[in-house]
Amino acid sequence: MSTITEVPGGQASSLSSMLALPFRFLMGVLNAPMGAVQRRFGIAGMGAVFLAPNMLIFSVFVLIPVAINLAYSLTGGTAIFFDDRHFVGLEQYQTLLMCGDYAAPSTCLQDAFWQSVHNTAFFVLVQVTMLVLVSLGTALVLNREMRARGFWRGVFFFPVLLSPVVVGLIWKWILQRDGLLNAILLDFGFERILWLAERNWAMFWAIFVSVWAHLGFYALILLAGLQAIPRDLYEAAMMDGTGRMRVFWRITLPLLWPNLLVVIILALIKAVQIFDEAFVLTGGGPGTSTMFITQYIYETGFAHVLRNLGLASAASILMGIVLVGLTALQLVVSNRRARKEAA
Amino acid sequence: MSALSTFLLRRRGGASWHWTDVLAYIWLGVGLVLMFGPVLWLVVSSFKTPANLAEFPPTFMPLDAQVARVQGYEQPLPLFRVTLEDGNERVLAQVRRVGIMAQMVDPENPGAVIRVPIDKRVPVRQVKFATENYAEPLQQFDFLRYFQNSIFVTVMATLITLVVNSMAAFALSKYEFKGRTAVLGIILATLMVPLSVIVVPLYLVVNSLNLFDTLWGVILPTVATPTGVFLLRQYMLTIPDELLDAARMDKASEWQIYWRIILPLAAPALAVLAIFSVMWRWNDFLWPLIVLSRKEHYTLQVGLNAFSGELNVQWHYVLSMTVLSIVPVALIFLFLQRYITAGIANTGLK
Repeated sequence: MSTITEVPGGQASSLSSMLALPFRFLMGVLNAPMGAVQRRFGIAGMGAVFLAPNMLIFSVFVLIPVAINLAYSLTGGTAIFFDDRHFVGLEQYQTLLMCGDYAAPSTCLQDAFWQSVHNTAFFVLVQVTMLVLVSLGTALVLNREMRARGFWRGVFFFPVLLSPVVVGLIWKWILQRDGLLNAILLDFGFERILWLAERNWAMFWAIFVSVWAHLGFYALILLAGLQAIPRDLYEAAMMDGTGRMRVFWRITLPLLWPNLLVVIILALIKAVQIFDEAFVLTGGGPGTSTMFITQYIYETGFAHVLRNLGLASAASILMGIVLVGLTALQLVVSNRRARKEAA
Repeated sequence: MSALSTFLLRRRGGASWHWTDVLAYIWLGVGLVLMFGPVLWLVVSSFKTPANLAEFPPTFMPLDAQVARVQGYEQPLPLFRVTLEDGNERVLAQVRRVGIMAQMVDPENPGAVIRVPIDKRVPVRQVKFATENYAEPLQQFDFLRYFQNSIFVTVMATLITLVVNSMAAFALSKYEFKGRTAVLGIILATLMVPLSVIVVPLYLVVNSLNLFDTLWGVILPTVATPTGVFLLRQYMLTIPDELLDAARMDKASEWQIYWRIILPLAAPALAVLAIFSVMWRWNDFLWPLIVLSRKEHYTLQVGLNAFSGELNVQWHYVLSMTVLSIVPVALIFLFLQRYITAGIANTGLK
């Protein structure tokens, strides 16, 4: 056994080895029972044993819910348990999709749902575009020769670590009636604006705040992509006296494109599910002007007195279909990238 | 200043300025203000007294009215800088205000009461950090409890995530067994199922297990992360099988191989997963919002949201507690930024 314990554990510092102490103790205690399990199932059977805890939790909290989701969306009533729910077929979906004119949410049976679909579509379109452009710009700037690059990277990155609630509160504080922004505005001689109480401004800030919070994440992925572009390509271009804009269009952008594609799809997946920051910032208001699909699901299923779990399930399945499509796209794209890199 | 400007304007190899250089500096400057400004404003505001917070236009630094104890008066009196009728300026203490007139006394000579129109006086104020914004909510409200709940959820969820994910990753990378591809496929497929899609049925599951309104109801659904399994598996694939074979020759049990060989060797990947798990769980909002109904079970994020959604928002408390809730994240960022950024750049993890 002595040969095994001497396997180096990476560059473990004394602190981390101290933190690992209770962990080691636990693992040591499990030695004997796991030995018994191994005698029972054999070495080959241990694979399934190691997999079991994760798969058990995974099945209970992910796989089974996926199945139940379908069942919910096909039943009606306000009960949580299935004993008191009755089968209604596709009625929930019909309710959701019943619309006089899909372009005008007010003509729909579930006008709140369609309003949230419209809002989400608008949000996704504008937010993803802005997010990709701003993070690309940030990545390009951070990729330049400069001092204190680590500091600047931190400046743009740190909001990624803030919780959405904190992000929402920070901006709510700035945007409120007597907030910092209105003070600056009045200082420059403009009128006070109720940023979060006017439809268009509320949407603007929902998008702005979401870009603010996430741009560092995507900038980082793009920065890694930029740094992977071989230097000699740029040097060759310099020798030929190629202009900077041309270098950008002809070298940087094409070679960055795979990363850019991943970023776009990741941003799309996140944007479709927008909830936390916007919810804390605007609460979906004014009216329903910044209510997004996830909030609709939350309100329909949980926040209302009449919990319409069936309708909420149906809505979440419709959203899930969009997300599955986007994620499949992402996997295809990143697989292709991996294959290209391997080649 | 000149040293600073030469530092800022120095160019490598004496190359001339290009318009993109200017643009880059503008980008950095605007970025600095837009990214740091709001957080700085939050921190500064969190130290203001309620009266100072209610002021419009707001002051930058937290200011508090200066008071003085004056002989003959029980309460400390607020000090004002007063322009008297003869044009002199004096610092007087205000006894009371009657309509548009204020009755003031000279702190040095408290005998005579001087009547001053209120528009002829401005409060004397000094920079003062209202630390009571931090002390009071920790005593009066449940914030300390929210903190404890959040720490409990974060620590337990991360520990369980690390253990079960690494075990599963070990099985999926180092064992041949029937259905391995199927399991991998299922995990891959569920990468597509974000929590927001299954909240409704998850609610039923958690209810059936009697976990509703408990912290374990928040923890358990989040721990079997497919992302974590994948991250660890990809890393473990690079550990040579010969190591395991050698250990088996030495009569090491599979469990010993797992925790004495695999886990130490996978430490870098485990560290990345641990950091991300801590961030995920600390910041979780939608699921705790649904599961937790009694106030004493709230996590910090849910508590903050509830507190800021009240009819009369007590901003001086909300702001200070928001700052406190950032502290752990800020510490992680300061010490582990390198790992976090490397983790994101390499795996696209979020």
